[in-house]
Amino acid sequence: MANIIDMPKLSDTMTVGTLVKWLKKEGDVVKAGDMLAEVETDKATMELECFFPGTILKIFAPAGAQVEIGTALCAIGKPGEKIDAPGAAPKAAAAAAPAQKAEDGGQKSEAPKASAGAPVSVSSSVVSPPASVSGGRVKISPLAKKLAEEKGIDPSGITGSGPGGRIVREDVLAAAKAGTAAPAPTASSSAPRAAAPSPASPIPAEGKLVAVSNMRATIARRLVEAKSTIPHFYLDLEIDAGPLLELRSQLNASLEKDGVKLSVNDFILKAAADALDRVPAVNCSWDNSGQGAIRHHGATHVSFAVAIDDGLITPVIRNTDTKTLLAISAEAKALAKRAKDKKLTPAEFTGGTFCVTNLGMMGIDRFCAIINPPNAAILAVGATVKKPVVKNDQIVVGQRMNLTLSCDHRVVDGATGATYLAALKEVLERPSLLLL
Amino acid sequence: MPVITYREAIRHALAEELQRDANVVVLGEEVAQFNGAYKVTEGLLEKFGPKRIVDTPISEAGFIGMGLGASMLGIRPVMELMFWSFYSVAFDQILNNAANVRYMSGGQINCPIVIRGPANGGTNVGATHSHTPENVLANHPGVKVIVPSTPYDAKGLLKSAIRDNDPVFYLENTILYGDKGEVPEAEYLIPLGLADVKRTGTDLTIVTYGRCVIHSLKAAEILEKEHDVSVEIVDLRCIRPLDIDTVLASVAKTHRVLIVEEQKPFASVGSQLAFMIQREAFDELDAPIHRLATVDAPAIYSPPVETEQLPNPQRIIKAAIEALA
Repeated sequence: MANIIDMPKLSDTMTVGTLVKWLKKEGDVVKAGDMLAEVETDKATMELECFFPGTILKIFAPAGAQVEIGTALCAIGKPGEKIDAPGAAPKAAAAAAPAQKAEDGGQKSEAPKASAGAPVSVSSSVVSPPASVSGGRVKISPLAKKLAEEKGIDPSGITGSGPGGRIVREDVLAAAKAGTAAPAPTASSSAPRAAAPSPASPIPAEGKLVAVSNMRATIARRLVEAKSTIPHFYLDLEIDAGPLLELRSQLNASLEKDGVKLSVNDFILKAAADALDRVPAVNCSWDNSGQGAIRHHGATHVSFAVAIDDGLITPVIRNTDTKTLLAISAEAKALAKRAKDKKLTPAEFTGGTFCVTNLGMMGIDRFCAIINPPNAAILAVGATVKKPVVKNDQIVVGQRMNLTLSCDHRVVDGATGATYLAALKEVLERPSLLLL
Repeated sequence: MPVITYREAIRHALAEELQRDANVVVLGEEVAQFNGAYKVTEGLLEKFGPKRIVDTPISEAGFIGMGLGASMLGIRPVMELMFWSFYSVAFDQILNNAANVRYMSGGQINCPIVIRGPANGGTNVGATHSHTPENVLANHPGVKVIVPSTPYDAKGLLKSAIRDNDPVFYLENTILYGDKGEVPEAEYLIPLGLADVKRTGTDLTIVTYGRCVIHSLKAAEILEKEHDVSVEIVDLRCIRPLDIDTVLASVAKTHRVLIVEEQKPFASVGSQLAFMIQREAFDELDAPIHRLATVDAPAIYSPPVETEQLPNPQRIIKAAIEALA
């Protein structure tokens, strides 16, 4: 009997995956280790690996479909082998028309029929595919295609404004700006541009409802859950960042020849981890089991927020407290790049025990962050600002940085949070401690 | 800078080269005593005498063959065709012999002949007098093909053509003969095989040459004023060698291309250009390559209909808007 390949769980919060593109088609011979398809989870676009040698006998989920975890994607076996019909039609809704043909357009459409117990059904509320994909192929100009690839946008979700619904450069740029490539609802106008528009004409954009990506949906769900179920409170502390900036510029001057540049955030990641070692009561999570429990994490894994197209993600530096500043800097840089390229593996963005978010580089003085469950706290870092401060009864120029700790009051009380911030202040104001 | 006509620019180029090199001669029907059918060679007989400026019989096959033979022996003949349309009478001399002499002699014999004359429609001279053979000529390895659009280019390119050691075919336009433009008094040469950006823009590249450059410039002004579209115009100047690099640089800037040519569309210069652009700049294209050519029919004798058969500013504007969709 043929092997049925199901939609795997590719991230801890994933419930549904979008089958972005099949890399193989029915009839292709595959071996273990081959990549079958690209799947977009709420966090990243990943390749689906094949574990069985054989021939792809049947593809159940068309490109563009949103498929629930555990739902059949394809069957692999010997040619002519019986395919065990996948179970009852799952709840997954297909975002793309089920009749959509394979990417190469030359392949016969093998769209599953709902009556045959096919795994992908179309719910009545789904949006219809943009005109640009209605022929079964995505109609897109070569330039727009290249741009979409560069920007990591799935063009099948873009409504083309060119002749015959062709996606042109402007459409990709607009999708990138809107931060979404999800299919636009049919209610919005998809009429081609007027015959003689100037590319630069200042016609105001029409309001429209845009379906969100998996990532955006996850962010929305998780943050509503966090902000509405976790009793947040906030502690603010201004520290003297002068010594830190001075040490950083000294280190960077001598590291320059090696091409290394430490960021302020690298120091904060290290300091946050050291402070967690001093105040382990913050390195905890609330657990809802029974009447409630507090999980004390043995290891210190500090995550940090990285803004990416259409959202943000928090890659984790494991065992942060045991790593040197140099190691943390290199790892943070590599993780941030992989995050922006949407190449993070689930292991790289899960399992954090504390989170740092920094908007200092965007000029924000101070802000209050929402806790990233299951963490018990998150540290929000503001910009370093020159201010008059009183030192030895003299007014001098100080380099001041604002730290705001958001705490889960179920786990961390005010005094505990204050102790943590004090520990953090101590190491940041005497940053040579971080080099020990 | 002096402002002279396209006709005068060609005449100045001829006179300067006749003066510079005693091997340069001008031959053609009525180039001497009648001062040229279109008065391009006016005054040259008086200045350079009947050994240098020579009237020929009305027999293209004969006098082009004679010029070709002379060029193989070291003379640099500039042959005038009253109409390029009659190149076909001398097809064997031009494209079977001149184009192949250097190759077939293993490089022992150069063929520094220039053949020049008007090659255009739009003057209601009928189907047999309105050919634009640059595509046919350029199809032959070993030759060079020039179609100048302005007095400045006409002079600088003709001087380079006369000094070139290969057969150079130089296609003028009777309607441009009276067009005026700035031409420096000091000597200058324009190397063969360099296109010229006649207008810079950001939204659309028009690749064109010859009189269509003038039409395209007019169309671009209207497109800018009335449609807020910024058009870049690349004047090829030379069909072969073709300066594809300048074309590709412009395509990389605007991402959209309209080719405008006074050619019948089938297997035209534009066909070759479109192939080269898509081959080299596929990922830069945001739309299919568009082309505006002469309507595919023998040149129409009726003046108002012929105007519409050829590219003109209104047709270019329409085609540009289609290319921008």
